[in-house]
Amino acid sequence: MTAQTPLLLLEEVRKTFRTPDRRERTVLEGVNFRLEEGEIVALQGKSGSGKSTLLRVMAGLVRSNGGKALYRGNPILGPVQGISMVFQTFALFPWLTVQQNVELGLEALGVRPSEREDRANTAIEMIGLGGFEGAYPKELSGGMRQRVGFARALVMNPDILLMDEAFSGLDVLTAENLRDDLLELWRERKIPTKGMLLVSHNIEEAVYMADRVLIFSSDPGRVKGEIKVGLEHPRDPDSPAFRQIVDEVYGLMTATTRTAGGAAADPMHIGYRLPDATPNRMAELLETIAEPPFLGRADLPALAEATELPDDALFHLFEGVRVLGLARLAVGDIFLTPAGKAFVDAEPSGRKELFAEHLLRTIPLAARIRRVLDERRDHRAPEERFLQELQDYLSADESERVLETVITWGRYAEIFDYDYNAGVLMLPEEDDEDHKDAAAEAPPPDQS
Amino acid sequence: MRPFLPSTIAVSPDLRPNLWDAALLPIMFGLLALMAWGALQMDAPYDVGAPLPLSLDPSNLPYYLLRSALRMLAALCLSLGFTLTYALLAAKVPALERVLIPLLDILQSIPILGFLSITVTGFIALFPGNLLGVECAAIFAIFTSQAWNMTSSLYQSLRTVPSDLVEASAMFHLSPWRRFLRLELPFAVPGLVWNMMMSVSGGWFFVVASEAITVSGQTIMLPGVGSYIALAIQERDLAAIGWAILAVLAAILAYDQLFFRPLVAWADKFKFEQSQGEDTPESWLLTLMQRARFFRAASRLPHGLWRGLLNVMPRQSVRLRPAATEWLLPPWLDKVWNGLLLVALLIAVGWVSIFVHGAVGFTEIASVVGMGAVTALRIIVLTAVASLVWVPVGVWIGLRPRMAGRLQAVAQFLAAFPTNLVFPVVVMLIVHFHLNVEIWTSPLMVLGTQWYILFNVISGASSLPSDLKDAAGNLGLKGWLKWKRFILPGIFPSYLTGAITASCASWNASIVAELVTWGDTRLVATGLGSYIADATGNGDFPRIALGIAVMCVYVMAFNHFVWRRLYTLAAERLRIA
Repeated sequence: MTAQTPLLLLEEVRKTFRTPDRRERTVLEGVNFRLEEGEIVALQGKSGSGKSTLLRVMAGLVRSNGGKALYRGNPILGPVQGISMVFQTFALFPWLTVQQNVELGLEALGVRPSEREDRANTAIEMIGLGGFEGAYPKELSGGMRQRVGFARALVMNPDILLMDEAFSGLDVLTAENLRDDLLELWRERKIPTKGMLLVSHNIEEAVYMADRVLIFSSDPGRVKGEIKVGLEHPRDPDSPAFRQIVDEVYGLMTATTRTAGGAAADPMHIGYRLPDATPNRMAELLETIAEPPFLGRADLPALAEATELPDDALFHLFEGVRVLGLARLAVGDIFLTPAGKAFVDAEPSGRKELFAEHLLRTIPLAARIRRVLDERRDHRAPEERFLQELQDYLSADESERVLETVITWGRYAEIFDYDYNAGVLMLPEEDDEDHKDAAAEAPPPDQS
Repeated sequence: MRPFLPSTIAVSPDLRPNLWDAALLPIMFGLLALMAWGALQMDAPYDVGAPLPLSLDPSNLPYYLLRSALRMLAALCLSLGFTLTYALLAAKVPALERVLIPLLDILQSIPILGFLSITVTGFIALFPGNLLGVECAAIFAIFTSQAWNMTSSLYQSLRTVPSDLVEASAMFHLSPWRRFLRLELPFAVPGLVWNMMMSVSGGWFFVVASEAITVSGQTIMLPGVGSYIALAIQERDLAAIGWAILAVLAAILAYDQLFFRPLVAWADKFKFEQSQGEDTPESWLLTLMQRARFFRAASRLPHGLWRGLLNVMPRQSVRLRPAATEWLLPPWLDKVWNGLLLVALLIAVGWVSIFVHGAVGFTEIASVVGMGAVTALRIIVLTAVASLVWVPVGVWIGLRPRMAGRLQAVAQFLAAFPTNLVFPVVVMLIVHFHLNVEIWTSPLMVLGTQWYILFNVISGASSLPSDLKDAAGNLGLKGWLKWKRFILPGIFPSYLTGAITASCASWNASIVAELVTWGDTRLVATGLGSYIADATGNGDFPRIALGIAVMCVYVMAFNHFVWRRLYTLAAERLRIA
């Protein structure tokens, strides 16, 4: 197997983006990856971990800054003819009919109209859209639209099919159907595709489809671990072997970098990517863990089922309670720390105090904001001040999201407040009372 | 879906022209023939100074109307061509974007009417001894009233093409040319069509104002509705004014039904939405065209052209370039470019100051700035008054869905109506009642522009989400509290759009509104508008330049310091998602 040239080969791939103040921000670092013929590989990781960027490097949409990216031994310098992609948002042209959307790529390659039509018809028929050739995308349901997305990719007879969360915009049943249809085409060799790669947030989906599941870690993105799925298709999600693998993936996903990769976990810094979790959600999660049947310790897949949350949202919550020191994660399980138990048992006001204490101790960004506000005479600071600092580590969008998150946490903990219209962070009002005298003596001007 | 058209006829299998063809063919060929004949009339020998035969006989009106409508069409085509070139360059070449976009901002705030007498001289020189020069000058004036908003709309669209579709086009190997035709242009169509409609609606005003052009003390009257009106005003013929109003109304209606309705209905398919909108715009003409056999067959021609256009550029494989450096100049060249721009700017400022200062002293410059303040005050007060009147009315209409649809169209229609037609009536009233000219000519400025406020408020109020309406009712919100907490914040973004359009158009209107005539009666109100109008009448170029420059500065200052801020506020706080 190894003697053969792999379909895709990435060696030490590195990708950096430039921040507005001309500093470099690393998104991918030392990524090694190979896709062999006949393989389906799934990429798992938290949102913002660079999976999508990696997929775009393979697709030839983004150029890496270092390392090698080879398709059948040739460097990828732009979109390659043998690689097709299916998008999370479908990315259909609303003014083109189903037929025209599917023909678009062939048309661009200069395929003759009659051949184009034949191939498009075959693809449309194959993916189960027969009869809808003349419809516009807006007339179709989400599932049908993604079928157009697949037909458009498959009509190119791609060697490699890339799927960027292709199923996450669909409801559970529709996604299941589409996955099965795709796997059937693949197994019965009705499509010439030799390898598939899917980026996914859904662990079950990854284990259901892939031969290998790669776990991605973030900041900077690199491959943290790999789990082989040695099960025959079609797979039964309820079988013990399947559950076992799902458990393993959960375990590896939640393991901190220290335990898995060998590299020491980065110390927490200002630019730590706060998970997308609200205090109320986290409180609910902690309560669920404290209550029966879990009673303080929960198996992750079981918890996922009990909360009915999508994996992505769940991991954000896990990460939130973990960094705050309210819960800990160990191989596939989550359990409450003493502080976590105290939090669940406390009254609302006690919860807030406890949350505030942990927030200031564990999250450097929150501590920094509070210190700046304390030091300033008017106890106010514009948000740009912190956004700029964050942008040394995170993209502009992520910086805003992280600041929004810390504001939500800080508001819940009542350690600072935020004026939306002015875009200014400030101390909460009662806190202001303590400093009123100082402020009255020497009114405003901002010293920074 | 379209119950008034029997659909069975359209599906009959034989190849003979069907009933729809019978209805459509005469309409289409009639229009084509009229246009061709009208266009031929433009090319006529002419020397400056020779009087053009013009008659107030109403039977000539259809002909004049045709000429005016053709001018409008020519200007629209010109605007479209300009838009495509300018917006494309600005969106694709960063080095040019730096110049073109601020320039567009300035162009948008230039009072077109003041501009006219400068350009006409050039055009006449271009076609000596032929009326085509004057014709071109008029078309150019209409063009300048139409092009800018279309251009900025296209530019905005090109910059906001959804990134997933851009990625998909790259993934499926579309060349830049194909991407433009398949993705960027279609994405821009709805905005562009809407802006074309607004442009034509605003354009009628300039058609009327630009046909009677004063050059070196002489008035040239091109055959057209505008000149007809100018003549009627000279000769104090009230009946003729009435006829002209009717004619213009007919023209607006025809443009709407024969041109824009089909266009809007067609453009609906390019709307970037993932689900079908509730009510799709319809046009009887487009439906007719889509059902008539002849036209379905004839549509193969544009189809073929479109296909040819798609394939006209060679296919090229897309190569990856680090995205930001696309078309970017190397750093040293960038500095040189910036330097050149700076030098050009300094030279221009210096030249204009010398030119203006040669004829005008500093005290006059100061007084012109003062006149600008007077006009600004008029516009502020009148926009406020118009808002006080039309916001409640617009909300009242907008909250009644059935009325809203119909009356919004009426308001749009009124906005298109060139109000300079009714100025004579106001002049007569002022003279008859001995009213104060400074105050009573002012309403003329907002006479035409107030409708922008009305129809935007109607559309804002009618799109207030019904769950919010229910909630407001359920909470017992009433009276002022309901207005303060629900209605006013809810309609603010739409109101703002209307108010901005209205105030910008009012600046332009001030040039015709502050100096009005009726026969020998001449009413002049102090202000920047009358200053420019007066200078234009005398062919005094330095003063025209000064007046235009000052007005430009005022308009831009208003845009930057008032409207843009309010707009950001509205966009951030009050947008109902």
